[in-house]
Amino acid sequence: MERAPKISRNIDWITVAIYAAMLLLGWINVYAAVYSPDLKQSIFDFSINSGKQLIWIGTAVIIIIVLLVIDYKAYESLAYVVYGFIILLLIFTLIFARPIAGSRSWLEFGAIRIQPAEFAKFATALAVSKFMSTINLRQQNWKEHAILAGITLLPPFLILLSNETGSALVFGAFLLAFFREGMSPLILILGSIFVAIFILTLLVPKLYFVIAITLLFGLAIWSNRRLLRKITSVVLIYAAVVGMVFSVDFFVNNILQQHQQNRIKALINPEADPLGFGWNVTQSKIAIGSGGLYGKGFLEGTQTKFDFVPEQSTDFIFCTIGEEHGWIGSLVLIGLFMALLSRIIFIAERQKTVFGRSYGYCVASIIFFHFLVNIGMTIGLAPVVGIPLPFFSYGGSSLWSFTILLFILLALDTHRKQDLTRA
Amino acid sequence: MQTIFFVVAAVFAIKLFFIQVLNTEYKHAADANTIKRVVEYPFRGLIYDREGKLLVQNMPVYDLMVVPKEIKNIDTLRFCQLFNIPLDEFRLKIKTAKAYSYVKPSPFLQKLSPEEFAALQDNLVEFPGFYINARNVRGYPHQSLAHALGYIGEVSPQKLEQPEYAAYAAGDYLGVSGIEHEYEKILMGKKGVKYRMVNVRGIDKGPFKEGQYDTTAVAGQDLVSSIDLELQQYGERMLKGKRGSIVAIEPNTGEILAFISAPFYDPNLLTGKELGKNYLSLLRDPEKPLYNRPIKATYPPGSVFKLVQALIALEEGVITPQTGYPCNQSLVKCAHGHPYPSNLKIAIENSCNPYFYQVFRAVVNQGRSRNIYQDTHLGLDKWRDHVLSFGFADNLGVDLPYENMGIIASSRYYDKLYGKTGWKYPTFYSMSIGQGETGVTPLQMANLMATIANRGYYITPHLIRGIGPQQQPLPDYQKKNFTSVASRHYEPVIEGMAEVVASRRGTGWWANLSHLGIDICGKTGTVQNPHGKDHAVFAAFAPRVNPKIAIAVYIENAGFGSISSAPLASLMIEKYLTGTISKPRQRWEGWIENGEFYKSKH
Repeated sequence: MERAPKISRNIDWITVAIYAAMLLLGWINVYAAVYSPDLKQSIFDFSINSGKQLIWIGTAVIIIIVLLVIDYKAYESLAYVVYGFIILLLIFTLIFARPIAGSRSWLEFGAIRIQPAEFAKFATALAVSKFMSTINLRQQNWKEHAILAGITLLPPFLILLSNETGSALVFGAFLLAFFREGMSPLILILGSIFVAIFILTLLVPKLYFVIAITLLFGLAIWSNRRLLRKITSVVLIYAAVVGMVFSVDFFVNNILQQHQQNRIKALINPEADPLGFGWNVTQSKIAIGSGGLYGKGFLEGTQTKFDFVPEQSTDFIFCTIGEEHGWIGSLVLIGLFMALLSRIIFIAERQKTVFGRSYGYCVASIIFFHFLVNIGMTIGLAPVVGIPLPFFSYGGSSLWSFTILLFILLALDTHRKQDLTRA
Repeated sequence: MQTIFFVVAAVFAIKLFFIQVLNTEYKHAADANTIKRVVEYPFRGLIYDREGKLLVQNMPVYDLMVVPKEIKNIDTLRFCQLFNIPLDEFRLKIKTAKAYSYVKPSPFLQKLSPEEFAALQDNLVEFPGFYINARNVRGYPHQSLAHALGYIGEVSPQKLEQPEYAAYAAGDYLGVSGIEHEYEKILMGKKGVKYRMVNVRGIDKGPFKEGQYDTTAVAGQDLVSSIDLELQQYGERMLKGKRGSIVAIEPNTGEILAFISAPFYDPNLLTGKELGKNYLSLLRDPEKPLYNRPIKATYPPGSVFKLVQALIALEEGVITPQTGYPCNQSLVKCAHGHPYPSNLKIAIENSCNPYFYQVFRAVVNQGRSRNIYQDTHLGLDKWRDHVLSFGFADNLGVDLPYENMGIIASSRYYDKLYGKTGWKYPTFYSMSIGQGETGVTPLQMANLMATIANRGYYITPHLIRGIGPQQQPLPDYQKKNFTSVASRHYEPVIEGMAEVVASRRGTGWWANLSHLGIDICGKTGTVQNPHGKDHAVFAAFAPRVNPKIAIAVYIENAGFGSISSAPLASLMIEKYLTGTISKPRQRWEGWIENGEFYKSKH
């Protein structure tokens, strides 16, 4: 019976405080996003999203208590079981779910709808961490690498099948965690080059781009004659790059579906069709941009109030913050995320087990990826993919999943000293 | 890894700084998104006549508007019956409205008659989604006074570019002619602007910032005209179907009582939507109904000008009222077999041409120089200065645009034509009897009568006597303009004018109202017309003492004034002074109205 005081003494209160602050600000801004000056609803009105969000927050607290009370060793030992259950749930969803807005990703229990894809994040994080604690990534063991890749890529594959591109992309975040656990940085660098070529292909006319690449290679050989000895490799790399340029072009124009093409086009040039595919980005930038330094004030945002920005309480919640609280408000939000992410890395590093540390990095990577893509899309730096801003966006599934993700780490952290004594 | 986090955070912060703090474009875009500027049009000022009768009003026109989204369970059949439209048309109109917008109102039926509007008002509750939209157009309840009132029309794109039209926007109306033009600044009022917020679907979401930037429309000020509507309409009735004009002025105030240009048109033709079409058809009408004769048409003044000659001669001291000249027909023809003009009164009464030939010569050639050319030069210019003091050959300054100046020939004119030594009195003698190089508008002619009635001064004739509820007078129209002829010289001339009407031999005998106790002083005139029958002129004022009305009547191609313009002038005077036409004189009404005088052998 001394578990309770132990938890309160050992839990990382700084993280809890940041979490609570984010939830509070998120809740207030969800209210601001759905508030209608005509109806003047109360923030506690359960017919609007702010009232509902309060219920989600309340249930999140219950989930936290449960997570902290459970024997912390269970997370490691049951990691594969949880993962397996979620995989089954995803398959089940794929087969039986009723399509909502073009995707079969929601399970309905009466009035409550949950999105299993959200819960796949922490389940995969657990499974990946568990697996990594049993191997050494620095060793070139292709079999192990393949299994790790399989664990990581199975959930996004299933999610992609249900037409939820955004949620699937999140799993790319695991690369960051692998990097910490010894994965060769080459993959990250190659990945970055790939992304750079991808974007440049869309921005620059193909012919110019190929000429530029050719010149670049020629310059490299001319300035460093030794490369001539490796001419075969150089030519192969050159061919690969040029081949990629053409395949990206082909991929975007022929493989991607129309709405996915539009999202990429909207990112590159939203002004091309401000009322069509560019609408979301254009309006979102207008809302944020009109906020100025200090913002228009709480409940005073016109762009979000009058529905110019779509999905304002969920994916575009940052517009409300940007419009009503200006640059200062945006900085506070960015600051909170930086504080949270730093703290998570700090906590991860003080874990005594590879599982704990690896899980911590997974948590940081997932939250960071959401932050990166969500804010990026609202200000036109990333394509519009429907993923929520953690702890801010309205939505039970997303709030629960991030809460679980974070508090499993805090549960592990609370008991880290027991691991020490055990070791 | 934290480095990556902080780089991303920094990139976001910088990008946000650019779009939120540095770039103002997004703020404008946000305002353009949500703030709708709604212009509130002011009520244009009304115009009343001197008795308080409404001359110009704003007429509400009702349009039936429809908002397709709000149509709910309406009885389409009943609707169609009520408005007498076929079902197909109803469906088509709804379809058109939907194509425009589901949530914005679009016109369903335009310009409902007041009856339709009344019937509709009671039934409108049954038809949700249908609204009445009231607009204002100019209305002229009496169909009179078109030329003086003018009309309003859309402001032209050229004007919109000029700074003085900054208060106007495309599609706004402004006074194009007449009083509407002249008093535009007073009538127009001030537009109000309401800033409303709209959501993404264009639906109104209330005032912007509690309406702190809103302004309310200020109605234009009303005008009170000096026109006597009853007299105006009487004159219009008399001139209907003829060409001519009547201008009547109250001498001691310069207020215009009647301002008639025939042929005329119904001012209601130039209102609202039909303006463009109707304007063109009026413009193309060979009768030229748009021609504003009282201020645009210039005619040689004819014999009426002899009054001016007499006044100048008296002032110059070259004659006295007792001066006689022989009716020497070798100088200039004289139409009338009349007694010897042994004094001015007889000369005026009989309009003796040789008499005034000699009077004018005496005025011009006074021996100011030994050189006859030099003398004529000086004499003519001196004479012309006198004439101009009566308001001739210049804009009188009436409150209407585009007034014609008229002409009185000067020495410079003849110099140009014949050289400095190429002309003398016989070159321009015909001006002595109001012919030759002279041109006078009917308004100037009426003003001459007012000047004589006032014994030597006139107040600039005007159509508006007061502005706003206090009927504030206009300072321009308070000043007395004195002629260069002293007041004491007027009485002998007036005596002659009285005789024109009072004497059985006088050319104005048929204008005589002495049986009513009204003594009219007048003068007939004939404007020579190379294209057909001469124009008949009669100018007069009455009563002789303390005159109340000065009038000039022109009837084109009527021949002699004595049987056409003179009786018409007397009818106008009788109507104005007594309010009615006495029984024995009603036959004159028929004579004028039916144009009997055209058939006369005279």
